[in-house]
Amino acid sequence: MSDKLQSKTPAGAMADKWDNFKADMKLVNPNNKRKFKVLVVGSGLAGASAAATLAELGYDVEVFTFHDSPRRAHSIAAQGGINAAKNYRGDGDSIHRLFYDTVKGGDFRAREANVHRLAEVSVNIIDQMVAQGVPFAREYGGLLDTRSFGGAQLQRTFYARGQTGQQLLLGAYQQLARQIGLGAVKLWNRVELVDVVTVDGRCAGIVTRDLVTGEVRSHAGHATVLATGGYGNAFFLSTNAMNCNVTAAWRAHRKGAYFANPCYTQIHPTCIPQADDTQSKLTLMSESLRNDGRVWVPLQEGDGRPAHEIPEHERDYYLERLYPSFGNLAPRDISSRAAKRAVDSGRGVGPLKNGVYLDFSHAIGRLGKDVVKERYGNLFDMYERITGENPYDVPMRIYPASHYTMGGLWVDYELMTTVPGLYAAGEANFSDHGANRLGASALMQGLADGYFVLPYTIGNYLAPMLNQPVPGTDHPAFTAAEEEARARFQGYLDVRGSRSPDWFHRELGKIIWDKCGMERTAEGLQQALADIPALYEEFRRDLRVTGNGASVNQTLEKAGRVDDFFQLGMLMCRDALERNESCGGHFRAEYQDDEGEAARDDDNFAHVAAWEWSGDPMQAVRHKEELEFEAVHLAKRSYK
Amino acid sequence: MSHQLQDLTLKIWRQSGPADPGHFESYRIDAISDEASFLEMLDVLNEKLIAEGLEAITFDHDCREGICGTCSLMIDGQAHGPQRGTATCQLHMRKFKSGDTIVIEPWRATAFPVVKDLMVDRSPLDRIIEVGGFITANTGGAPDANIIPVPKPVADASMDAAECIGCGACVAACPNGAANLFTAAKVSHLNLLPQGQAERWSRVEAMVETMDEHFGSCTNHGECEAACPKSISIDFIALMNRDYLKAKFKNRKLISQS
Ligand SMILES: Cc1cc2nc3c(=O)[nH]c(=O)nc-3n(C[C@H](O)[C@H](O)[C@H](O)COP(=O)(O)OP(=O)(O)OC[C@H]3O[C@@H](n4cnc5c(N)ncnc54)[C@H](O)[C@@H]3O)c2cc1C
Ligand code: SF4
Ligand code: FES
Repeated sequence: MSDKLQSKTPAGAMADKWDNFKADMKLVNPNNKRKFKVLVVGSGLAGASAAATLAELGYDVEVFTFHDSPRRAHSIAAQGGINAAKNYRGDGDSIHRLFYDTVKGGDFRAREANVHRLAEVSVNIIDQMVAQGVPFAREYGGLLDTRSFGGAQLQRTFYARGQTGQQLLLGAYQQLARQIGLGAVKLWNRVELVDVVTVDGRCAGIVTRDLVTGEVRSHAGHATVLATGGYGNAFFLSTNAMNCNVTAAWRAHRKGAYFANPCYTQIHPTCIPQADDTQSKLTLMSESLRNDGRVWVPLQEGDGRPAHEIPEHERDYYLERLYPSFGNLAPRDISSRAAKRAVDSGRGVGPLKNGVYLDFSHAIGRLGKDVVKERYGNLFDMYERITGENPYDVPMRIYPASHYTMGGLWVDYELMTTVPGLYAAGEANFSDHGANRLGASALMQGLADGYFVLPYTIGNYLAPMLNQPVPGTDHPAFTAAEEEARARFQGYLDVRGSRSPDWFHRELGKIIWDKCGMERTAEGLQQALADIPALYEEFRRDLRVTGNGASVNQTLEKAGRVDDFFQLGMLMCRDALERNESCGGHFRAEYQDDEGEAARDDDNFAHVAAWEWSGDPMQAVRHKEELEFEAVHLAKRSYK
Repeated sequence: MSHQLQDLTLKIWRQSGPADPGHFESYRIDAISDEASFLEMLDVLNEKLIAEGLEAITFDHDCREGICGTCSLMIDGQAHGPQRGTATCQLHMRKFKSGDTIVIEPWRATAFPVVKDLMVDRSPLDRIIEVGGFITANTGGAPDANIIPVPKPVADASMDAAECIGCGACVAACPNGAANLFTAAKVSHLNLLPQGQAERWSRVEAMVETMDEHFGSCTNHGECEAACPKSISIDFIALMNRDYLKAKFKNRKLISQS
């Protein structure tokens, strides 16, 4: 284990660790909090909740987002819901059960203590969001309604129609907006982080580029939080918003933050299949649809009949067949691979034969169209707008797509990266989901990190720094980083080659999807590790960015992001190649059991792989954090 | 099955920055799949422009799922284009036909200055939220979520208003550039809920007055509702006006003024 990878997990029984931490942590006196500047990059669930709470506590907070308004962060797009161990249904839920489900769902590759804390604070999140005015779905009696989600046999998912992420983000955004209005938070919108600055090994602040004027400038702070989301757009086609990117995490990595488990990526089973070559992104159809929709393909290969002409006995409801106890609600990684196998076996449906059916006719028969409409109306409308087909009449077509990234910046129990003073929260860190995330758990984690973890742990770091001088933006480390950033962006303009950043992104995405997507092999990964550097070389020689750097230039922004995706792509493949086992979203074809399920190797791989930058992504150094399981027994993950 | 649209003429607003008066530029484009979204059609055009060594057209977009509120185009004079209840990013080319001429402009409103080409600055909408579009509930002190039951119809009505994506199409569609639908949606979302009662009157007062500082005034054209991608009902404007009037009495400002 590298000596930098100290998890700092508190002592005590699993259920007491977080309390023990809070009892022992150092405190900053309320009047002293304003002497500390905290830079929060990102205004999604994690960033907005952290920034608002830190400002309420009295810290001097600045928030950065490349969006025009903090309300537009990608969290807004989450549809299905948020988990919490409230047990309002009395169906046997508890903190322990949510903890256990999350560790198991992550295929035993997460740090137990973090997951336990997540389950503990999950109940506070719902209280906090209701107090913020989030209009969660209600029962007729006025109490909160819940539903079930993949990977759980309980109904612990709270939701607001099909727009849970929107409503939660608006709650956190409004809380942040209040602090902005009060002057307690300074907002930098349409501003992008382009570098992280360290002085004497500590994070001293960041360098940003103004997307409207092109101005590059420095910001110094006592602590910096990266809540900058995931890197699912490395695949080019994904369900992520178009502007999601890895730049913040990657630039931090290059400045000393270890990057953990980059190969743990989640492919979501229910997305609308690609329709043509100009497609720019894929649209998720919420997993909640699997509560009532049934997944099937024709039994016969190449069956070209429309769905309604295929009789029941000629259909293969393969999830119900293979996983009888979870059925259509089998976890994401398992459902995705099953869909891929169905399509690869020549039984795909739709014009391009690249999908499987998600059929609501039984649900409509059982519940009536009105109930189905009330539950999923907006998702059905969205489907129809995109495909031109009406899912009340014909089954939806779905196929897996890149959706979420479990990997991210390595953080300790306090959410601090390997760079002191630099924190990572939300999807940007690697912490809670192991090798696979359960549905409705990302929103939970983002808000847990921002509302209930960082506000405590940051104080623990800052307290000893009271009245100690910290480097200002005139420090040579800042000026050097600024110069480097200016040169980098000018460099993209100066190549004057022939291909756009989007062209390179698409090509890169194809390689990563083919070789480091739903199914990976050593051979394929080695091929990718030859192909990506070759394409990257071409990128540096043949990139074309038109326009200039002194006003809005989305082509230039994209060039910087694609550059970082190239480097990350190499690390993803290296990580996947080194992990000689299958676990969760990382499926290596060489490592499967007789039934085709992921075969973990706990003797050799029950660890987090954390990569250290060495100047070249192909030469990054792999470190291990061994995972110890005290509260949960390592078991084969079965959903049969 | 998909087929291709040919011979489209796009008349697109180009403006290099706030100081530039701006002008329309015409582009021809072929071979667009009718499965493509409107923004994917613009992506294709931008790739073509870059290939020709020209600067790509700037436009705002992000989620492309109709939820983030970033996309913002006037298409043939309609905010978000011809399909009702649909944001620009959810509009698909199957709504158009070969040979069409399509006019594409930015949101036009005094409160939304053009940043570049089709991108505008909508930050005055955030200013309205900052003065009252929230419930004051600092992190940590919230009671159990089920302590306050919210009748389902109330929660549903609140949610109907809360669906606003903050795109500003209502402002762009309004002949007066008013932001009443946007503001009413947020006022109603919070003022309908039991949790929102404590700040009900101060909220509506602060939000309406900040709205009036930045935006034009509402004269009941109803264009906003027609343009709104979430079909937010103008009934919420009536609700807001009612609360605003009451707030004025509650706060005794009107009485002391008269
Ligand atoms: C379509 C979809 C549906 C989903 N549905 C669910 C669901 O039902 N339940 C669930 O639990 N999870 C769901 N998820 C996952 C979940 O939404 C995300 O994991 C989560 O919202 C991430 O939140 P975040 O705060 O970490 O980051 P984000 O919300 O992605 O925010 C990132 C922020 O960082 C800023 N940023 C990034 N880079 C920079 C930079 N370099 N400089 C400045 N600013 C930067 C951005 O502007 C943005 O403000 C879904 C995801 C998708 C794609
Ligand atoms: S009310 Fe409708 S048109 Fe106006 S900002 Fe909200 S969603 Fe957009
Ligand atoms: S791009 Fe998000 S609503 Fe259109």
